[in-house]
Amino acid sequence: MARATGFDIRRQYGFTTIAAICFISLYLPVILLVVYSFNAGSSVAIWEGFSLRWYASAWANEQVQEATVRSLIIAFWAALISTSAAVLAALATTRVRPYRGYSAVFATINQPLMVPEIVTAVALLIFFAGIKVQTGYTGLGYLVIAHSAFCIPFAYLPIRARLQGMDLTLEQAASDLYASPFQVFRRITLPQLWPGILAGAMLAFVISLDDVVITEFVKSAGQDTLPTYMLGQLRRVVTPEVNAISTVLLGISVTMVIAFFFVSRIRK
Amino acid sequence: MSDLARKRDRREARNRWLLLAPALTILIFAASGPLLITLVYSFLTAGDYGGVRWEFSTDAWFNVFLQRDIFDDTLSFADAHLSIFWRSVKLSLLTTIGAIILGFPTAYFIATRPKHQRDFWMLLIIIPFWTNLLIRTFAVMELIRNEGTLNTFLISIGVIDEPLQILFTETAIMIGMLYVYLPLMVLPLYASMERLEFSLIEAGYDLYASRFAVLRRIILPLVKPGLIAGSILVFVPSLGAYVTPRVMGGGKQLMLGNLIELQFGQGRNWPLGAALSITLLATVMVALLFYVRAAGREEVSHG
Repeated sequence: MARATGFDIRRQYGFTTIAAICFISLYLPVILLVVYSFNAGSSVAIWEGFSLRWYASAWANEQVQEATVRSLIIAFWAALISTSAAVLAALATTRVRPYRGYSAVFATINQPLMVPEIVTAVALLIFFAGIKVQTGYTGLGYLVIAHSAFCIPFAYLPIRARLQGMDLTLEQAASDLYASPFQVFRRITLPQLWPGILAGAMLAFVISLDDVVITEFVKSAGQDTLPTYMLGQLRRVVTPEVNAISTVLLGISVTMVIAFFFVSRIRK
Repeated sequence: MSDLARKRDRREARNRWLLLAPALTILIFAASGPLLITLVYSFLTAGDYGGVRWEFSTDAWFNVFLQRDIFDDTLSFADAHLSIFWRSVKLSLLTTIGAIILGFPTAYFIATRPKHQRDFWMLLIIIPFWTNLLIRTFAVMELIRNEGTLNTFLISIGVIDEPLQILFTETAIMIGMLYVYLPLMVLPLYASMERLEFSLIEAGYDLYASRFAVLRRIILPLVKPGLIAGSILVFVPSLGAYVTPRVMGGGKQLMLGNLIELQFGQGRNWPLGAALSITLLATVMVALLFYVRAAGREEVSHG
């Protein structure tokens, strides 16, 4: 096994260089976007000194305020509804003997991951347009239910993963000691499951907060969320105000993802 | 005894469907059900101001690929649609190839780091994946616009006099899609490379293989399932992309997703939009079938 020193069998020529290019190009545009959100000038490419004026102007913008509140309301309800539904669904599909309809159930739960967003968006537009005509209701409910649906698989997967790794013996022991199924769930299953639930809820929240396509097609007039507001702004002259809004949204997502990363590694 | 067991089974089944009820209700109401309605709509007649008239018609499906000349009634291929289909497929393929060229060495780089460092590098790939797609597209747009950072920089150092027109071209769409979907290539590739047996590579070198021969004859065959999975994970969302072509193509270079939207906006042809959506969905499902087969092989080959 004696080899000339310096010969690394793992090495491939140029791979490290390409990897470096890859990491730099993944982060450079976003870093520039964040940097120019602090620009004193109104260009997103020429630096004219540090200032928080674009954050101030975004903060003072009524449309931005309304869109932010709307985004947060929708994401809160979507995360709550989808996570609750996902916990129950995970209990019914994990650690069970195979049953009839299992694959159909699994496919339905994961459907939003497979169908292109634009197709779901169009389908919801068609369906909800009919309901709007029939009922006359045009509130935020459509967005909440649409977001809840596509958030379910994102909430479901971490919960299922957590559940799969859990030991059944504790629950069996509890049942043997005459605990009711509900007591077993509340006292044994739930405390062990909570990191999965938290991770699922955070993912659902971020996914809902970031959604553009489905929101764009489902929203009624005047129901812009932050992402659809930004999409609408892109047609106009671009000022660092959009960068400022993006930076705040990025901050929320990155914090959530890093938190998710650590929560999902909590030891079982 | 068997009576008791049957009773228990029945109770289990009932509980199971009760637990599934909320999730399935939401998903059928706001995901699966509307898809069926879309299929129905693709066989209806377009209303004059959007919407549909409830009369059966195959016009929409006919119009997906063909058009009738308004003057002499002759049939011909719908050139506008076909060129958009072609652009969608072409750009998605180019994006996939670009993602392989960048993603393969990157995944290999991460897989060959010491074990405790790998999570850090993977986190660097995962963070962009979970951050807002619109914002990432927007970041690239700011970089390559005529007044953007790239052109400003190139002009200031005297390489070019006039800004390069990249935005609103097919190249811009491809750059944008490559940027947003690249992590989807690295993730499955890394998963297969992480389990690479480096003793096999060592054996290759012992038998006087060159580095390229090792890459082509040992590494590539071993990570092929990950490569197929990554390619499909990039190709599928590229084909159905809507936001990136809208932002980077500026409404001039349409892809399938934008063509579908058009039928519900200015086009006012809902049945055609529905038929195009179902066409896209069918294409994606075929690609995903290949994915499931590749993923299945992956599991088998790693026991």
